[in-house]
Amino acid sequence: MSEYHLNYLEQLESESIHIFREVAAQFEKPALLFSGGKDSITMVHLARKAFAPGKIPFPLVHIDTGHNFPEALEFRDWLVEKVGAILIVRKVEDTIRQRSLTEPKGKFPSRNWLQTYTLLDTIEEFRFDCCIGGARRDEEKARAKERIFSVRDEFGQWNPKLQRPELWNIYNGRIHKGENVRVFPISNWTELDIWNYIRHENIDLPSIYFAHERKVIEHEGQLVAISEFVQPAANDVVLTKKVRYRTVGDMTCTAAVESKAATLEDVINEIIATRISERGETRIDDKVTEAAMEDRKKNGYF
Amino acid sequence: MDLLRFITAGSVDDGKSTLIGRLLYDSKNILIDQLEALEKSTKNKENGEVDLALLTDGLRAEREQGITIDVAYRYFSTPKRKFIIADAPGHVQYTRNMITGASNANLIIILIDARQGVVEQTRRHSIIASLLKIPHVVVAINKMDLVEYSQDVFNNIVIDYRQVATQLGLTDVTYIPISALDGDNIVDRSTKITWYSGQPLLEFLEEVKIDNDINLTDGRFQVQFVIRPQTDELHDYRGYAGKVISGIYKGGDKVKVLPQDIETTIAGVEVAGKPANEIFAPQSAVIRLTDDIDISRGDSIVKIENIPKVSNELEVLLCWLDDKPLISGNKYLLQHNSRQVRAVLKNVEYKLDVNSLQRQPVDGNVKLNEVVKATIRTASPLVYDGYETLSENGSAILIDETSNSTVAAVLIKQ
Ligand SMILES: Nc1nc2c(ncn2[C@@H]2O[C@H](COP(=O)(O)OP(=O)(O)O)[C@@H](O)[C@H]2O)c(=O)[nH]1
Repeated sequence: MSEYHLNYLEQLESESIHIFREVAAQFEKPALLFSGGKDSITMVHLARKAFAPGKIPFPLVHIDTGHNFPEALEFRDWLVEKVGAILIVRKVEDTIRQRSLTEPKGKFPSRNWLQTYTLLDTIEEFRFDCCIGGARRDEEKARAKERIFSVRDEFGQWNPKLQRPELWNIYNGRIHKGENVRVFPISNWTELDIWNYIRHENIDLPSIYFAHERKVIEHEGQLVAISEFVQPAANDVVLTKKVRYRTVGDMTCTAAVESKAATLEDVINEIIATRISERGETRIDDKVTEAAMEDRKKNGYF
Repeated sequence: MDLLRFITAGSVDDGKSTLIGRLLYDSKNILIDQLEALEKSTKNKENGEVDLALLTDGLRAEREQGITIDVAYRYFSTPKRKFIIADAPGHVQYTRNMITGASNANLIIILIDARQGVVEQTRRHSIIASLLKIPHVVVAINKMDLVEYSQDVFNNIVIDYRQVATQLGLTDVTYIPISALDGDNIVDRSTKITWYSGQPLLEFLEEVKIDNDINLTDGRFQVQFVIRPQTDELHDYRGYAGKVISGIYKGGDKVKVLPQDIETTIAGVEVAGKPANEIFAPQSAVIRLTDDIDISRGDSIVKIENIPKVSNELEVLLCWLDDKPLISGNKYLLQHNSRQVRAVLKNVEYKLDVNSLQRQPVDGNVKLNEVVKATIRTASPLVYDGYETLSENGSAILIDETSNSTVAAVLIKQ
């Protein structure tokens, strides 16, 4: 192999950096949607590389459901400080109050769905014309056709029929007033690519990605942590287990997996060994319908 | 481990979805929950067997209509390579979808139904492969189980296809007899097709040499973004961020900034904020120059040994991708990598029949899926190479300024 050769991770990295730079150049007010998970953290790492030695030329926006893992919030603030980025936080709780929305009920009261409102309000408040998201095409069937530059109408909606053909590495981000674009720089990465990259680049992650002890209950074969948001019912058996998380979402709708993986190496080995994809394993609300994601996308969810 | 991007092409029912499903399934890239969902949706079917084609079936709108309407991307990897499949379905909008999916592909798999042999669609897909200069072609002759694994059937199809390949100048063509449904010659060598001594499909995909597809000779770089931190320590720092389109750059290289036509020298090259000895295609990098020159997004920094063309009059092949027709004399925006310029379509000379490559007169407006030869005049000059010699610097898109849609793929002629 010649010395002028990029391995697959370097190729993916180069493509993502290219996309970040297109965003910075094509849009007036872009923002990076930061969820606190490994995909967002990887994006911040890539964005830093794209603009070094300068700073990341757009803010990180966190739509805070109020149901976060405390470890994830702590990590967020540490990261923002470290890279010298601007952080904007908007809370779903405030949206619920201002718009008198109805709080979700039930044992696992997911505010996931309500995030959409807060996000759209935030876009309007700051007049963002582009939101960078960490979705990957391998996550789920409805994502497989998502463009890297995905145009949304003024209601934040995604229309599969209106998507532009995307050719070569040329990205057309032109929009009309009121519209905005979702850009997905890590579209072509798989979950395993992300983990391998995190290992290769030594990227720091919140501690909940590694095995730790937690009080959990079992719900339809999934382990859910006890927290101020999820309380055990009378007939629930509370167990203490060694677990880790594969995605960092809300405490109400992210399930843990049993694990002894204490290091990145261990985590990657476990992922290679398991044959369950991350969305199926850890999102409690996704099992509802196969088309759940598609519906949410149409409604302006990330 | 490297990365191979390929596209699959075939007429409806040639077995494209089954083949992709098979590749994902046999290379163990289908995960349990996806498999469960698959089995659930297969339940309603009569024979009860898992329908591999369902794995690659995307949006609900399509499931309801029972057709696939767009390019979908699939991912799988083996210990040797990561693969990205552009899955472009075959039907009316096919040319548009295929061009979109093929634009980034290193390789195309053209599926042929062994019972049908080379058909009009096969020719059409091959023509598009040759127009877009996809470096490697695999002709997968499928459904061998339905022709009793006959070597004669296979050989006759190979003879027929060789003619097509010769006509189109496709040089790197590999023929593989397969049964996507049964998995013959997909991952493992078929025990039924004993006369075939070549590689099974997956092994071929893992080993085909793609290193030479990248041009490391002609130095081409276009500025995407100018990095100016303007902090105390980096007060005078000015870095030109972009992707190396082709070639290799290093500090001390003599370069020319185009279209300004100013010669200067590279002060240093960087990758991700760190100084590098050299940068090369397709790296995203930063170039710093010794002289203070007014350079902005879309300008090119090229090596002086061989200079690309600089012109505002382009001879092009246009593949029309929009439902609204092309109207000669209309103004568009042309985007060539990161450079956007106003453009006017001057002269549509002829239409290229994508089934025969024959030139035909243009009567009326150019419609969706048509390929035409035209002349484009741009408001400011473009710095380009012919698509045939350096596709990364010879491709562009046209944007309709009123709808903002991408309406055409542009292949610039020499
Ligand atoms: N006997 C046989 N049938 C096949 C083979 N490959 C695909 N098929 C069948 O051909 C039909 C069309 O296949 P599909 O993958 O949906 O075709 P597509 O339209 O090209 O995606 C289905 O009924 C498949 O089961 C094969 O190798 N042998």
